[in-house]
Amino acid sequence: MAYDKFEILKSTAYPLPIENVDTDQIIPARFLKATERKGFDENFFRDWRYNKDGSPNEDFILNDTRYAGSKILVGGKNFGSGSSREHAAWSVYDFGLRCVISSFFADIFRGNCLNVGVLPVQVSESFSDNIIKALQEDPTTEIEVNLFEQKVTLLSTGESENFEINGYKKANMLNGFDDIDYLTNIKEEIVEFEAASPLRS
Amino acid sequence: MSKTLFDKVWDSHVVRHVEDGPDVLLIDRHMVHEVTSPVAFLGIKNRGIGVLYPNKTFATADHNTPTINQHLPVEDPLSANQLAALERNAKEHGISHWGLGHEKNGIVHVVGPEYGITQPGATMVCGDSHTSTHGAFGAIAFGIGTSEVEMVLASQCIMQPKPKKMRINVEGELSLGVTPKDVALYIISKLTTSGGTGYFAEFSGEVFRQMTMEGRMTVCNMSIEMGARGGMIAPDEKTFEYIKGREHTPKGADWDRAMEYWKTLYTEEDAVFDKELTFYAKDIEPMITYGTNPGMGQGVSKAIPFSKDAAEAEATYKKSLEYMDFNEGESMIGKPIDFVFIGSCTNGRIEDFRAFTEIVKGRKKADNVTAWLVPGSHKVEAAIKEEGLLDILEEAGFVLREPGCSACLAMNDDKVPAGKYAVSTSNRNFEGRQGPGSRTLLASPLVAAAAAVTGKVTDPRELMQ
Repeated sequence: MAYDKFEILKSTAYPLPIENVDTDQIIPARFLKATERKGFDENFFRDWRYNKDGSPNEDFILNDTRYAGSKILVGGKNFGSGSSREHAAWSVYDFGLRCVISSFFADIFRGNCLNVGVLPVQVSESFSDNIIKALQEDPTTEIEVNLFEQKVTLLSTGESENFEINGYKKANMLNGFDDIDYLTNIKEEIVEFEAASPLRS
Repeated sequence: MSKTLFDKVWDSHVVRHVEDGPDVLLIDRHMVHEVTSPVAFLGIKNRGIGVLYPNKTFATADHNTPTINQHLPVEDPLSANQLAALERNAKEHGISHWGLGHEKNGIVHVVGPEYGITQPGATMVCGDSHTSTHGAFGAIAFGIGTSEVEMVLASQCIMQPKPKKMRINVEGELSLGVTPKDVALYIISKLTTSGGTGYFAEFSGEVFRQMTMEGRMTVCNMSIEMGARGGMIAPDEKTFEYIKGREHTPKGADWDRAMEYWKTLYTEEDAVFDKELTFYAKDIEPMITYGTNPGMGQGVSKAIPFSKDAAEAEATYKKSLEYMDFNEGESMIGKPIDFVFIGSCTNGRIEDFRAFTEIVKGRKKADNVTAWLVPGSHKVEAAIKEEGLLDILEEAGFVLREPGCSACLAMNDDKVPAGKYAVSTSNRNFEGRQGPGSRTLLASPLVAAAAAVTGKVTDPRELMQ
């Protein structure tokens, strides 16, 4: 599934300082029944976004109109734990977010994000705390995520930090490429490798 | 340099290393189910490519299947649509498909080992995080996203950076009433749900050497709950004994050749791990969780910790207890419960049903408890009947359902209602995991059985002699 390339993103952001946000919260299992990649934005954080009667939960940050339209979510530690459902990453993207910032990501969620065009940016705990505080105090606070320089800046204070991403994934994100393009290009090499491994057939 | 078990298996599957990037890893076995595969099949269709090795992918329906009346059409149109898509996709690409009603049908991580698809030294993936289960056989097995399912269909490879290595030793001998599930919940309670993130774990030590293959599967299954990508255990005589003669296991001269390779699969003595932890069996009690992640667990007889002693930040911890409607400092023993679920890829195998039956034998299901007994596969279901367990269960007031993931993630009708408590042998106690508003207490089959017959949280050791 192609995604829009990611270069420099400047945006306001939703602060969600809860730890261990698992993928069952990001998208509950009962909404995984599609056979196409459609409609996942509606059920993004479904059970936190809506009350039992279906009305929006006004206390939840994604319903706070002061942050509406933000393209970045700043989550608590250990964001995206649990299930391998890529639907969680799709729902992030389809909701209109291109970047999640946290001081710690669960592995599978991080990988899924990179595969669907959402940039997971890991920062120090203290920087994450500062960002969240700034966003809570002033919802118009903007953050700049520069993938070329691998640098995230809190524009209100100028505080910044570099983040890690391997060169291969970085190039993919900058160009909107995915791994399947790469793998199908080396198919012959794979077939040769497989043939030399008789025990694995 | 001396190699770990993990190094040996990983390195032998690296087709190429991408500079400043991941490894291209060849996948030996790929399992697919109805929920995370349809978009992947659609992806290869849109790209106009086929499945490179259809004989290396196996399909089974499990996540959203009903656990009663499986001979009737599936009522939920969305679930029926996903099941039909799986069948259609498998057929179109020549992939083995064990759909609803098929004699080999069951939970993907239960049927893989049952039919010998899971083998030592193999790489194995599935669009499901509990693929780590198969590590019990000395395979590298882990969950992947749908983009990666598409990659495996298209190229039999995925692109992953090699994880760091961790060894978890548990020494000594487990006490009465302490099961592999308790070992897993104990380790996770010590590491938290992020303590293993970035690592692939090897489980080692006396406790795992003594453990049955089914117990090893339970522990490896839960390795994702400590954040690790997967966990594995070096194959030994028990492993070889388990897999010998199964449908997809090598036979004759192929078996001998395979055994030569499999016997090389162990961690060399001076191999180095990035992290190593040792625990002692004597410290492990029957466990239960009290919060909303699998790390929030402790011995069943203990009181709920105060927030100052919790691993979570105060706000997160309080939110969790509020969801559970529990208070700091309360005892878990005696808390009334509403549902009991035994099943899932964690504890849905025959040994789990034997353990459950051991406690309920000669007792009666408590009136306030709704119990869902869901075998992991038709093979498990058949064994429950053949061994006479079903008679004992029925005598005690229990009903056996048909195989599937069921109330572990409640994609079918097996949903715990809002506000109700379920003692569950599954793997996750996240908010709403077993149905919107449901409250889950993770535990072993023994703790679940004790709860089922007493109607409240009970130490199973009191019912065992």
